[in-house]
Amino acid sequence: MDTLFFGLDAVTLARIQFGFTVAFHFIFPAFTIGLASFLAVLNGWYLWSKDEAYLNLFNYWVKIFAITFAMGVVSGIVMSYQFGTNWSVFSDKTGPVLGPLMAYEVLTAFFLEAGFLGIMLFGRNKVGPGLHMTATAMVAVGTAISATWILSVNSWMHTPAGYAINDVGQFVPENWLEVIFNPSFPYRLAHTLTAAYLTTAFIVGGVGAWHLLSGRGHHRGVRKMFSMAMWMAALVAPLQVVIGHEHGLNTYEYQPTKVLAMEGHFESYDNGVPLILFGIPDQEAGEMRYELSIPKIGGPILNKGWNAQMDGLDTVPDAEEPPVAIVFWSFRIMVGLGFAMVGIGLWSLWTRYKGRLYDEVWLHRAALAMGPSGLVAVIAGWITTEVGRQPYTVYGELLTVNSTSPLDASAVGASLIAFIVIYFLVFGAGVGYLIKLMLKTPERAPYEDDIDYGPIRSAGLVPGVQQPAPQGRQSGQPAE
Amino acid sequence: MDGLGLSIDLTVAWALLLAFAVYVYVVLDGFDLGIGILYPFFRSKDERDLMMNSVAPVWDGNETWLVLGGGGLFAAFPLAYSIILPALYPPIVAMLLALIFRGVAFEFRWKAASAFSKRGWDVAFIGGSTVAALAQGITLGALLQGIEVSGRSYGGGWWDWLTPFSMLTGVAVVLGYAFMGATWLNMKLTGDIQAKVRRFARVFGIATMVSILLVSAWTPFLEQEYFLRWFSFPAALVPAPVPLLVAFIAWRLWTTIDRDGRDWVPFVLTCALFGLCFVGLGISMWPHVIPPSVTIYDAASPAKSQLFMFVGAIVLVPVILGYTAYAYWVFRGKLQPGEGYH
Repeated sequence: MDTLFFGLDAVTLARIQFGFTVAFHFIFPAFTIGLASFLAVLNGWYLWSKDEAYLNLFNYWVKIFAITFAMGVVSGIVMSYQFGTNWSVFSDKTGPVLGPLMAYEVLTAFFLEAGFLGIMLFGRNKVGPGLHMTATAMVAVGTAISATWILSVNSWMHTPAGYAINDVGQFVPENWLEVIFNPSFPYRLAHTLTAAYLTTAFIVGGVGAWHLLSGRGHHRGVRKMFSMAMWMAALVAPLQVVIGHEHGLNTYEYQPTKVLAMEGHFESYDNGVPLILFGIPDQEAGEMRYELSIPKIGGPILNKGWNAQMDGLDTVPDAEEPPVAIVFWSFRIMVGLGFAMVGIGLWSLWTRYKGRLYDEVWLHRAALAMGPSGLVAVIAGWITTEVGRQPYTVYGELLTVNSTSPLDASAVGASLIAFIVIYFLVFGAGVGYLIKLMLKTPERAPYEDDIDYGPIRSAGLVPGVQQPAPQGRQSGQPAE
Repeated sequence: MDGLGLSIDLTVAWALLLAFAVYVYVVLDGFDLGIGILYPFFRSKDERDLMMNSVAPVWDGNETWLVLGGGGLFAAFPLAYSIILPALYPPIVAMLLALIFRGVAFEFRWKAASAFSKRGWDVAFIGGSTVAALAQGITLGALLQGIEVSGRSYGGGWWDWLTPFSMLTGVAVVLGYAFMGATWLNMKLTGDIQAKVRRFARVFGIATMVSILLVSAWTPFLEQEYFLRWFSFPAALVPAPVPLLVAFIAWRLWTTIDRDGRDWVPFVLTCALFGLCFVGLGISMWPHVIPPSVTIYDAASPAKSQLFMFVGAIVLVPVILGYTAYAYWVFRGKLQPGEGYH
């Protein structure tokens, strides 16, 4: 379509809309995937040890989970329809291959999560501890299954495999195992799931640090959440560096252009590849300005020799290059945060060894500052990988400009504005409520507060089913 | 030839399975959207808390059927998915945004600190539910009246979906969902509020029946094929029981709505009523997925895609129905006034 909307064409607007809605959506599952597992661990630990501190922590975080999950659900429904509204040619062409994977995501994950969520949130006294634990575990498993399918879909778009193209131009499946386990899928899955667990760990750690800084260091729940989060940081952040590196090597094998953009290699090298730390990429001139680099060590990082020869972006046709500056900077943000996470983890090990984990104010300040770091890193990493595979939607096969719906720019632009306004309004309010909950202490609350986390999903007096502590609930007064 | 036979059967199976998913969605989310539509008529906080609590444990699962409808269409009939969604761009986007408002209202309403913001989320719940229902009805009408196709994509204009007929189906779905919400509440509540709900059930029941009559009378004149299917003898003998059954259910609803003791009966009858409407739609449209030009066979993905999913669906859908039923069973029974919330 030729029309413009504030100087932007329909394809650009559709890309902004998809990027905006998926980035917003991604924030919620990036947090809930880890949080669901954390809740399952807390509940299991409580049932095993009978230590009320874990139950209190469960009740504290489950309220936060409920709100985040609801925002993830509603922003996710948008995604499942946006393929068709804005990317209809892509949908028509890839539907035979990607559609079944998404259908399996719905059938094996979404229903599992939604079906057991009500019981997890409100069923403890209705179904007994065993079934409640099962429901909690099902929700956690569901989030991981969901991530598995959708990352398989995403990976296939990066490294398509196991397909043929039919006479109307659709991708059709040839071998399902090759489609699902396409070359980048195992790496992307490991990297993203680990990122989700780290995201949760740093949010939990940041909340714990805030309470420690607010003089609640004596509180067992606060200490436990901080300690658990720091263990995760110490153990998982270094692991993530290794996984991320392996993922990068896999990308270099299948999408070398993306890695060249990430590393800022405009030039080819004959004798040793430098590691460019910083610089200002100038894509038009095809050079890195104000480059700060370490000679030679770029080669070994990509499994090449010290004196390796390597082709740079100068060997790639301009039309097949991604926007280098975005990829270069978002990659640096992700990597920088990753190493900061490793630093926090090591620091916590040191203070723990010194017996000062709950007293080291500067560690707490750093952990608080790093609270949202996982979310930022996840979004930065996602921008790196998605912008880095431009100009394609299906890498090497289907160009982004040939994927969109036959819509006028004004239609896409108007809906984009509606999405932006409503997302900031609704999810802004939601994040506000989340922060309000996080600022409360996980106290052993009086009974009424125990059930403070929203609508009670109870149908009332059920014969033969144990009712939670009855006093104050039959009197008919709203106990708010 | 064998392969062809298999693919035709699978395509029909997928059309039926998707129709089933959409029907389950319409019934399940129908009553919980209906509660949002009824909200303006119940102004006290106690009433509203009760109404919301009656669906809060299950709305997540209910909405998942909509995702299955969209995802299933993408997978089994990608061509239809890629034509219908751009054609209905404004109502679909409106529905998605409306569902955001009403979905978060379930959680946010309880977190709002001030009376003002609490009222704000009530308005979001009402507006979101009503707009979502209206947009779904418009989508139905726009599909039924036909979508212009050129090549493998939508060939019509930006406002083609907006016609008097699609407005009628939009309003009809709002009224129908409100009716279903009322019969659900009749099943879940007791006392004064139940008596009030029953009055609304009667009003919205009549409105729903009038809507069904209008839509049914109008539809055959949209396409000649529809007309022949319903009015040419002897072919019309096949669909003839549908209107008769609708009339029978309407009569049973009228007589059971005030009857104490078996409060689930009107709700089940309402579900059956929607089921018959669904069968009626299917009779008109079959075998098209996009009237008047795209059949399910034109839009079908290859047999290999449909088979791969079908194997999973045939196992998983019953399992899903099983644990969904269990979740409903856990939260069964009447909600007591002043009980069930904080």
